[in-house]
Amino acid sequence: MSAENPSIWRSAALLGLVAVLGTALLAVVHTMTRDRITAQERRVVLEQLHQVLPDSAYDNALHEDVLRITDEAFFQTQEPVTVYRARLGTEPVAVIMQVVAPDGYNGDIKLLVGVYADGSISGVRVVSHRETPGLGDPIEHQRSDWILDFNGRSLGNPEPAGWAVRRDGGVFDQFTGATITPRAVVEAVERALRYFEARHEYLFSYPEPEQT
Amino acid sequence: MSNEVSLKSVMAEGLWHQNTGLVILLGLCPLLAVTSTVINGLGLGLATMATLMASNLSVSLIRGLLRPEIRIPAFVLIIASVVTAIELLMKAWAYDLFQVLGIFIPLIVTNCAIIGRAEVFASRHRPLAALVDGFATGAGFCLTLVLLGALREISGRGTLLADASLLFGEAGQNVTLTLVPDHPGFLLAILPPGAFIGLGLLIAARNWYVHRRSQKNEAPAREPVPAS
Repeated sequence: MSAENPSIWRSAALLGLVAVLGTALLAVVHTMTRDRITAQERRVVLEQLHQVLPDSAYDNALHEDVLRITDEAFFQTQEPVTVYRARLGTEPVAVIMQVVAPDGYNGDIKLLVGVYADGSISGVRVVSHRETPGLGDPIEHQRSDWILDFNGRSLGNPEPAGWAVRRDGGVFDQFTGATITPRAVVEAVERALRYFEARHEYLFSYPEPEQT
Repeated sequence: MSNEVSLKSVMAEGLWHQNTGLVILLGLCPLLAVTSTVINGLGLGLATMATLMASNLSVSLIRGLLRPEIRIPAFVLIIASVVTAIELLMKAWAYDLFQVLGIFIPLIVTNCAIIGRAEVFASRHRPLAALVDGFATGAGFCLTLVLLGALREISGRGTLLADASLLFGEAGQNVTLTLVPDHPGFLLAILPPGAFIGLGLLIAARNWYVHRRSQKNEAPAREPVPAS
């Protein structure tokens, strides 16, 4: 067959050569950028964690002391929830939970909720969302201070009936033209607090992972 | 095979006469999707331009070896390799911008303008001309993205060059221009319909200019009127 049509082999070899060269290029670029990309990803995670919990509050490697918890009844998502545990020496200080508000106006709103060991909130930030620009996006700290209203709150502050937006009889502001977005965020934060109240013994006693 | 072309005419074709975004109307999906701000448009425009230059140059270098039956798969391999390399480089050095542009960086592979230039131009011309063509086509596309981004950012938010630090790091912290203080926000311009309307206005403006100029000059214009 090769005698009949040698050009097809030549074509195949040439195409193979292009593939090998392309792969070689990617291997080189990948080796060059690998460490930097890992560092960048870690930097972004740490920057986000830093916003909900001050660096001075803990001294462990926060991004490595991590639990992944799947509890659909509590978190209303089948995805595992990432929990970062902050310690000062051996004392547990706080946890940061990456929870999801599945009922935003436009799909999931991902949040970081930091909770001190005494059950009060150290900070809340929105990690990602697809809410309407200009209406729902004041939940971002860059756009408004609304999210700071959670600081220092706990399940007793306000009382359970107050954990809602004003339109629903609660204490949290809604936005002009957008009630669904803040409502979803308030409910997700309250769920995170309830989970912490029910399980905080377990969250802290669970052994620190060995691997770095 | 290598019919000579003047580099000046190659530049003019890519930037104006055959502008990808305004005349050929290729690669419209990313063009419409990311142009909510100037910086987003510029980021994708530069990435697309780099891809075009690298893929055009590679295709031109191996054009003597290529056979018609493996031409397209070879182009696809080259373009995909180049785009993946650019994606990795962006993740390493402009991670925040990469997070904003997200899926549209890998999707540069599917921008028909790139395989189009490889097929129509790079596989038939010497490397230097192919490189210049990649630059001109990319610059034309990039310019369209920046213009549309500026149009939407000014009307939608009243600012220009917001979030410049995504692209320029520390140096970009303070370059944001607030043209309309206390802009109430014009949602239509930021949402996808604003992209369609904005692009329509840009194309209309270009057509109007070309039409007026061809009427002024007695000589018949060399400009092909784009299909509407």
